[in-house]
Amino acid sequence: MSVEGSTPVLDGTQRAALAAALVALDPVAFGGVVLRSPRADRATAWIAHLTALRPERSPVGRLPISIGDDRLLGGLDLAMTLATGRPVAERGLLARHDGGLLVLPCAERAGETLVARLAAVLDTHVAVPRGPFAGEPADARIGLIALDESEPEDEPIHAALADRLAFHLTLDVEDDTPYLTREEIDAAARRWHTIEMTHAQVATLVATAELLGVASVRALSFAVRTARGRAALDGRTHTSDDDCAAAAALVLGPRATRRPPATDNATESPPPPPPPSADAEPPPSDSSETPSADEVKALEEMLIQAALATLPMGLTMSAPAAAPRAGRSSGRAGMDRAGGRRGRQVGTRRGDPRAGGRLDLLETLRAAAPWQRLRPAPAGARERVRIQVRPDDFRIRRLVEPTGTTAIFVVDASGSAALNRMAEAKGAVELLLADAYSRRDEVALIAFRGTTADVLLAPTRAIAAAKRALAALPGGGGTPLASAIDRARELADRARRDGNDTIVVFLTDARANIARDGTPGRPAAEADATASATLLRQLGGTTLLIDTSTRPSTTAQALATAMGARYVALPRTDAQSIHAAVTAVRPTSS
Amino acid sequence: MRVAFPFSAIVGQDEMKRAILLTAVDPTLGGVLILGHRGTAKSTAVRALPALLPPMTVVSGCRYGCDPDAGRRRCADCLANDAAGHKTRTTKTAVPVVDLPLGATEDRVVGALDLERALTRGEKAYEPGLLARAHRGYLYVDEINLLEDHLVDLLLDVAATGENVVEREGISVRHPARFVLVGSGNPEEGDLRPQLLDRFGLSVEVTTTTDLEERIEVIKRRDAFDRDPDGFTAQWADADRAIRRKVERARPRVDALTVPDEVLRAAARLCTAIGTDGVRGELALLRGARALAAFDGARHVGLTHLRTIAPSALRHRLRRNVLDDVGSTARIARAVTDVLGA
Repeated sequence: MSVEGSTPVLDGTQRAALAAALVALDPVAFGGVVLRSPRADRATAWIAHLTALRPERSPVGRLPISIGDDRLLGGLDLAMTLATGRPVAERGLLARHDGGLLVLPCAERAGETLVARLAAVLDTHVAVPRGPFAGEPADARIGLIALDESEPEDEPIHAALADRLAFHLTLDVEDDTPYLTREEIDAAARRWHTIEMTHAQVATLVATAELLGVASVRALSFAVRTARGRAALDGRTHTSDDDCAAAAALVLGPRATRRPPATDNATESPPPPPPPSADAEPPPSDSSETPSADEVKALEEMLIQAALATLPMGLTMSAPAAAPRAGRSSGRAGMDRAGGRRGRQVGTRRGDPRAGGRLDLLETLRAAAPWQRLRPAPAGARERVRIQVRPDDFRIRRLVEPTGTTAIFVVDASGSAALNRMAEAKGAVELLLADAYSRRDEVALIAFRGTTADVLLAPTRAIAAAKRALAALPGGGGTPLASAIDRARELADRARRDGNDTIVVFLTDARANIARDGTPGRPAAEADATASATLLRQLGGTTLLIDTSTRPSTTAQALATAMGARYVALPRTDAQSIHAAVTAVRPTSS
Repeated sequence: MRVAFPFSAIVGQDEMKRAILLTAVDPTLGGVLILGHRGTAKSTAVRALPALLPPMTVVSGCRYGCDPDAGRRRCADCLANDAAGHKTRTTKTAVPVVDLPLGATEDRVVGALDLERALTRGEKAYEPGLLARAHRGYLYVDEINLLEDHLVDLLLDVAATGENVVEREGISVRHPARFVLVGSGNPEEGDLRPQLLDRFGLSVEVTTTTDLEERIEVIKRRDAFDRDPDGFTAQWADADRAIRRKVERARPRVDALTVPDEVLRAAARLCTAIGTDGVRGELALLRGARALAAFDGARHVGLTHLRTIAPSALRHRLRRNVLDDVGSTARIARAVTDVLGA
């Protein structure tokens, strides 16, 4: 069937305008936006548009990712506490922006703690201060604008946060669509809860989400709200099919994890899961009309078409099962390891607890104690203050976090390696993975073949994911060894900056034949590989090269020397001995 | 605070709902571990509990919410009050469900020095933490697999002993902290340490339903709740009340229920077939079956109860190769069929 001419695929500027209008309409119902913008000024302009649509005195603020709990959720106001001699709580940023918007720059670098706090506030709309005398829970009904400033190779924004923000918007075009006015938004806001939506429309949104691999129920709720919000903005009392298409484009498309079966060619397309037929009366149905199966199917195709415009980058080509970016679910890059705010206490130091450190009260009081007789009572104090604490007395805890180990496996999947000992190499990696699991190490997997080296799995503790990635690894093609070493160095560098020890394990026959720029040719490829290996050695950490060729090769030994790796020849070994070799060189931590 | 989504309006997820309700029937079952993807009503089910469960009687003014009938198991303050001959006043309050956020510090969990009294009067006094607030209720840890290991250890220890012992910063306090630990997490984002798994009494795996009709119903109920929380809650109040009555009636029955030898033997055979370590598995299985029988209003514990509870009680106790893809649930089902017949 054809829906030609009726497919209202929103263009980029219309999507941007609609998302702004809907967030303005009800920031709490939509949670907010993940905003990607190749140019910073477009994000600024979009936020300015959005702000202009909000009620006159509704607060708008910025939320720095380094913010501490007391500033975010509320905490003890130290200055007032000391001045008055009794605890004075200070409201946090979230509570101060109740009913408003907060902009979170560099959202992809937000640590897990911050993400957990924001997720809780987006769910409950209440900011609960942490710590004694930090104050009472306060309303915090906010909309969050998370600026995703990640580069393609960085970790994406944390899934727990992204899931709770209705719109994932990329501002890739110049903005020229007129935005609505504040009056129009106000009028819609008063009525949007009463907009009716048919059972068939809800059902089709659900079916479309299924086809796109969107599992989150939250996303579906956002889609329903989007359709209703758009109808309200348009001054209608019922949602139209176009509203549903807009919801599919704004909410479902960017969350897709798979490409839907081809829909543009009706003869080839496998039948999508049957949309719920209206005659098999589903549980409480309030739909007034009984749409035919054809109509439902037409709507479904329309929604798919709409969503196709906003599929994530990795899915725009033909369909790998998991999109590289969408597949990652937990950002670790921002963990507070380096910040030293968690872990075991190793002492105290003088410092300002407002900068994020944790106050060590006993040490602070101890530091203040000797001076008490010398310090005059504060003017106007009604009762005698027992202990006077001055900023100089503050002692904050010095914390160390036990460092973990990140094991990076670099597997040669080229034609020559596949011929040789690919199966043994996989077996060895599996043993090492099991080992990593019991040690709570992180593992990462890089495979190289053809002309490129790909990070199949960024560092994770989810060992099952690593095993799946490994099992699905195809073989064949050239040996782009230099690129593989470069990828490994990048991962290792990042892990080390997070405070982890690294161990890089290469499984290769070292027969490089693809240079760093992707061109074939053995001499250039080998020179590049040696150069990359030298850089890797300079980074430090433990490296192991397992030679998978049939006979121990001098090339592999030379490469191992260049990268400062321990050399193990596979021909004489099996999976068990590789395991033993890696265990032997493992850093001594944990 | 906003109205919580009613428990009875949660579509599907029967195993999770059952596990949570059984801990309400018999809080000594041990905690519940809920593993599953985002958006599978994990948090919704837990947050619905205060509105669902019968209110509890507490000693007025007791900062730990002691049960007036708990005898020696009350806190030091209540015991001291008794010794001094003061009359105990009681009051009713909702069952606490306390959220433990990721990144919570140990101070916050176990309690710490009372800052006000330390600063203003130079006294050392104890300010109770989250464990004290969760006493007699639920402590909910979302994403428990991401919680720091030492905190998970601490939680499980306190949950097992029912008492929080604080020895830090010059404070020495112990107070009762009997709570049901509910942990939830997404295994794709990191595994829970295997040693900790079998310390949970029950575990459930939740998945987003792929049944379209069910998903549509989920969305429609959610939407109805968003548009009119009070009206929607009122609509489900009767269903919630029916569950509450069932829990209330089941509670006194748990201890009176007998477990026939036949069921004991079947439980032992099941655990042997699956190869669980130690007796934790058998205990969880029997207690779970007993709570279920009480909840169902049965006269005695039967094989059907055993069969129903076996996956929840045992799936996290399998000695399994971490790389083994065969689901634990499937293995339990096979063992149940072998031992109890199809």
